[in-house]
Amino acid sequence: MDSIIQFFTTPSFLMQALINGMVIGALFSLAAYGLALVWGVMNIINVAQGDFVILGGYVAFYALGISTPFLEALQPNFFSRILLTPGILPLLSIPIASSILFVFGYLLYKVIIYRIVSRDLFTSLLATFGISLALQQLMNLSFGADVQFINTGLPTLFFMDDLVALPVVRLFSLILASILSVFIVIFLKKSKMGLAIRAVSQNARAAALIGVNTDRVYAFTFALNTAICGACGALVGMIFNLHPYIGTPYTVRSFMIVIFAGLGNLPAVILSALGLGVFEESADFMFGAELRLAFVFSLLVFVLVFRNWRLSKKREYLK
Amino acid sequence: MNKKISKLILGFSALTLLLVGSATAKVDGDIVTLGAAVSLTGKYSTNGKHTKNGYDLAVKRINENGGFKVKGKTYKIAVKYYDDESTPARAAQLAERLIKQDGIQFMLGPYSSGLTKAMAPVTENYKIPMIEANGASRSLFTKGYKYLFAILTSADQYLAGAVDLLAEKAKEEGRSLKTLKVAVAVENDPFSLDVRLGAVEKVNKYKMKLVLDEKLPKSLDDMAAILTKVRALKPDLLIVSGHAKGAATAARQIDQFRVYVPMVAMTHCDSAQIEQKYPVGAENILCAAQWHKKLTYSDDDNLFGDGNDYVDIFTREYGYSPPYQSAESSTAIQVYVDAFKRAGSFNPQKVRNAIAKTKLQSFYGNVKFNQYGQNIAKPMVLLQVINSEYNVVAPTKWASTPLIYPRPK
Repeated sequence: MDSIIQFFTTPSFLMQALINGMVIGALFSLAAYGLALVWGVMNIINVAQGDFVILGGYVAFYALGISTPFLEALQPNFFSRILLTPGILPLLSIPIASSILFVFGYLLYKVIIYRIVSRDLFTSLLATFGISLALQQLMNLSFGADVQFINTGLPTLFFMDDLVALPVVRLFSLILASILSVFIVIFLKKSKMGLAIRAVSQNARAAALIGVNTDRVYAFTFALNTAICGACGALVGMIFNLHPYIGTPYTVRSFMIVIFAGLGNLPAVILSALGLGVFEESADFMFGAELRLAFVFSLLVFVLVFRNWRLSKKREYLK
Repeated sequence: MNKKISKLILGFSALTLLLVGSATAKVDGDIVTLGAAVSLTGKYSTNGKHTKNGYDLAVKRINENGGFKVKGKTYKIAVKYYDDESTPARAAQLAERLIKQDGIQFMLGPYSSGLTKAMAPVTENYKIPMIEANGASRSLFTKGYKYLFAILTSADQYLAGAVDLLAEKAKEEGRSLKTLKVAVAVENDPFSLDVRLGAVEKVNKYKMKLVLDEKLPKSLDDMAAILTKVRALKPDLLIVSGHAKGAATAARQIDQFRVYVPMVAMTHCDSAQIEQKYPVGAENILCAAQWHKKLTYSDDDNLFGDGNDYVDIFTREYGYSPPYQSAESSTAIQVYVDAFKRAGSFNPQKVRNAIAKTKLQSFYGNVKFNQYGQNIAKPMVLLQVINSEYNVVAPTKWASTPLIYPRPK
């Protein structure tokens, strides 16, 4: 009880919970949006989502690991000086991870995913679960089981008499997640491919009838999802840790967010991700880290029950 | 028809398996085979490799020196390995398989408390001795196991020494122990909970104040909320335990959120390599270790020499400096050989009794088991990261460098 009162009466705690929660929420919203996209368009629940995130992190980690010593060995010139400014290279590693994962996702679609698009949910669950296991072990074999992280060299900002801390890299992730989601919305609304994706998600057969190449749309959607995961992973590597076996929490969290928000509703996904993040952090302050997840999952149960109750009322009305 | 044939094939293969199984035995000619399930894949694969390398190095060294003598006859050692995939269920299965199918009568431990816990009931059931070097949870020694022996100090001792150290420093400064505040943040797993238990017992003994007692979920690698609380509570000592991931997260975020605590102690610093990866945050952090090369123990059997010799030999063989996980694994093999010699037999019961009476010193430390199979002859040491290097600072008897306290701001 003390800790709950303390939480609400300490402004620095409230502020820190809000900031940390938004950062976590922003990261999860990226992964969750990719999941919702694939789920809505292809009817596949991608259990390997978290592993794509971690893979993206490793790609960024190695991209930096290779390029930094290379640039440092060069004669210092204008470009290398700009690139070696703290924060610039890590920032660049995000689009790199994203594009490499885009290619990876496209290939994965062409090899495995296209076989399961029209199958039932169970098959797709099994297949993506298999991909998840294989990917974890492959990452373990190629990158090792050591805990890694991406060193950005960026400072930390302090507010409220130095009681609230905000590492600049976390601020980055918040801004970047917002830019990315705006970009995705515009892309889906305005571009031809976005239009095709939306058409296929509404009715794949009808879309095919009017001349949309559904196979191409599926491949692109899946690759777009892995690309988003790649960007998310690069940020995860800078803020948290990378380890071949820590992908699952990201899958679970994004799954939860999508259930919260419903399919095909981007603003709802982002809002529920941010809300969930803030809620989770607050729960940590109030009830301790031990009960943090328990609290979040009980909230999920509550929301599901509430939704069901509302739906059942609607059914009565229809009757 | 088809069903009949498949049944026949099944029956036949089961029969062959049985026959093959009983044909291989633990002592074949002049080779004694030990059995081990270690994590070559899965989340413990790094430490699994350290464990295997430790075993392999001792085996290689013994065999190169011409083996060992039991009742005038010279024997050599081999180890049969399986990959337990870092999962307890698989480890238990493999223990069963090693004993029943492969006829192994002497077992070595896997990596981690969880997996050792899964294997111990099996070896106990078949009355096969198991010397383990990487399962530190206290609960391994409260079940009354008769065939389980642990080379390493149990988990509750890991950071209890840090609380002692704080008490010692406070007395020097003339501060009352009751005013000291301790914060504890551990992962919610058997090992770390034991680490917490040992530390909290000491805190209660000295009547210090436990201002924060957090258990982190396994899936979490963010300590931001906890560190914010630590900043507000201003403890004198912060204790963190959560394997390599916990050490990495704490060392980085303590620096990132600029949280100042005069004394910070954690486990698994060396497997997380915090001194190299997070040099700023890691500076002056205290790390619990089972062993350090600077300790002045040396082998009774002259297999490696002292700690520095071991590091040299290991580095030459595997190209990296051995963590304590490898050192303790090598000593497990030394204890087996010593027990074989004293038992004068390869009867599991006799070997078990010989192990129970072990009294030896290796480069790793003294080994002597109590009735629960715990090694009671070796203390834990506390290392401090000073200029990105580990130095022994406690217990005072082994200290090579004076402790830096409080950590400079």
